[in-house]
Amino acid sequence: MDILVSGLLLSGTYALVAMGLNLQYGVARIMNLANGEVLVLGALAAFWLYTTSQISPLFTVVLVAPISFIGNWLIYRFLLLPLVRRSKTQGNLEVDSILATFGMSFVLIGVMVSIEGGFFAYKYLSSPISIFGSTTSLSRFVSFLIAAIIGFLLYLWLNHTRSGVAVRAVSVSAEASGLVGINVPRVSAWAFALGGMITAIGGALISTFITLDASIGVVFTLKALIIVIMGGVGDIRGAIVAAIILGVVETTVATLIDPGLTLAAAYLIFLLILLFRPQGLFGRRPL
Amino acid sequence: MKPSSWSELLIATLLVFLAIFIPLISNGYWLSIAVTAMMYIALSTSWALFSGPTHYISLATGAFYGVGGYLVGTGMSDYQLSFWLMLAIGPIVAALLALLIGIATLRLSGVYFVIFTLGLAEMIRNLVSWVQNNFLGSRGLYVFTDFRDQHIYWMLLSVAALVYLFGWIINRSRLGFALRIIGNDETVARHVGINTAWAKVILFTSTGFFAALVGAILAPRWSYIEPNIVFSPQLSFLVVIMALLGGSGRLWGPLVGVIPFTILWELTSIQFPNQSTLVLGIAFLLIVYVLPKGIVGRLEQLRAKIQRGHHE
Repeated sequence: MDILVSGLLLSGTYALVAMGLNLQYGVARIMNLANGEVLVLGALAAFWLYTTSQISPLFTVVLVAPISFIGNWLIYRFLLLPLVRRSKTQGNLEVDSILATFGMSFVLIGVMVSIEGGFFAYKYLSSPISIFGSTTSLSRFVSFLIAAIIGFLLYLWLNHTRSGVAVRAVSVSAEASGLVGINVPRVSAWAFALGGMITAIGGALISTFITLDASIGVVFTLKALIIVIMGGVGDIRGAIVAAIILGVVETTVATLIDPGLTLAAAYLIFLLILLFRPQGLFGRRPL
Repeated sequence: MKPSSWSELLIATLLVFLAIFIPLISNGYWLSIAVTAMMYIALSTSWALFSGPTHYISLATGAFYGVGGYLVGTGMSDYQLSFWLMLAIGPIVAALLALLIGIATLRLSGVYFVIFTLGLAEMIRNLVSWVQNNFLGSRGLYVFTDFRDQHIYWMLLSVAALVYLFGWIINRSRLGFALRIIGNDETVARHVGINTAWAKVILFTSTGFFAALVGAILAPRWSYIEPNIVFSPQLSFLVVIMALLGGSGRLWGPLVGVIPFTILWELTSIQFPNQSTLVLGIAFLLIVYVLPKGIVGRLEQLRAKIQRGHHE
């Protein structure tokens, strides 16, 4: 029961971060390997503002959102769009965007290390609470709630608004959406920026209950990628289920076997997905 | 990757012959840089054999390298086996590992492959540390040999020459031709009857073999081996940067990138140790935005331009 509760709470923020990556890869078609560093940047902001000026991480979320949105929009517009225009095929774009975002991730790590070289350790809302008879910290629960609210809003927006439909259309086929009058470059830029914003918010939330450091981003990139692949690219429902599976399995392995093996557990899941369901849990086999 | 000619092989032989004498004229600091450079030459040439034509970016180098180094350490330290035996076993184990990874991931799109290799070194390091801490008890392993820097250098040089020769043969073979078609258009390759998955798996297995061989040879240089040291994710990135900086379109392209970058990397590691990640990031961005085909590609572009100028 303890495992289930903390696994579920963990999966809330995982799902949020994976949704961010999903928007960037599914809609803007950029395999963003700097995703984890954007997350850590959000965490660093929360840590730094809390330790220097006692600003609540929950308020930092509100601050981080517009800044990361603009930052990611600028990155897409000035660094990634030229690559989209240059590449002749999706394969070319993938290679270019992988290398470019690697570059960005290392630059971000370099910058973050110079700001804070140690661990982002701070205590916030760490009072114990009890859910279904198992004890956990308030910060985990609050983070889960916020993640769930943001995820729900995103779902409503994608499925019940005009702009949301445009975003989904681009994710299905960029060419066809261009033909029906959707401004594909603009939608892609917005989706990329929104994805980055969600990731940074996720980072600020995670920092309240997991101690991060400047170079841990790649672990989160990997987890988000595994969730996206497991859930199926562009599939929010799949991402949530996948995040729950990953969160619970990781917590189980960490509690019952060894905390050092969580990455190996994630890899095992990844391998099984690649072998048996490469199209995602709910995806249809391509014809 | 373009097919290689006999004249290229001749020049390569000459260079290898000249490189034999480097330890005789240099020592200490410069010899140790030469060892590092030779290590990266072998690793990135072998990397480019697979990733150059297929455009699949492999980040597994660090994992295979670690397997080679770690097996030498554990074989010599825990089981008193000879260095030469472990030197033979390590690469075979790594090649089998690469084969399995290749079979699992290379049938799918390139993105899955990159993601899988991205965390591979870290994951294997976690597994090895866990096994060591829980079942074996010892943490560090010792590798004592009589080898000095020049011996390691000569061994690496022969591996680099071997990789080059292997690449040269592959490039002129049916397999090399098949890989070039896959790189240009995988669908076309499949339609003309190429077994694309196997062509990729074979080449990827060879990179696993060579990376582990290099890792095993370098184990005596460390003398003390710990999973945290040998499974270095950074190594994989350095290999990618050096190969792409030189240009993966030619067999000798990576060589052009390795030498300047090794020196630059040594300098930054000493002068600005905290900024090394930043340098890594800038190098990646530079390659994507300024030198997408590497230094060699840029030079060939220039030459083509000059030749066109003459005809006009």
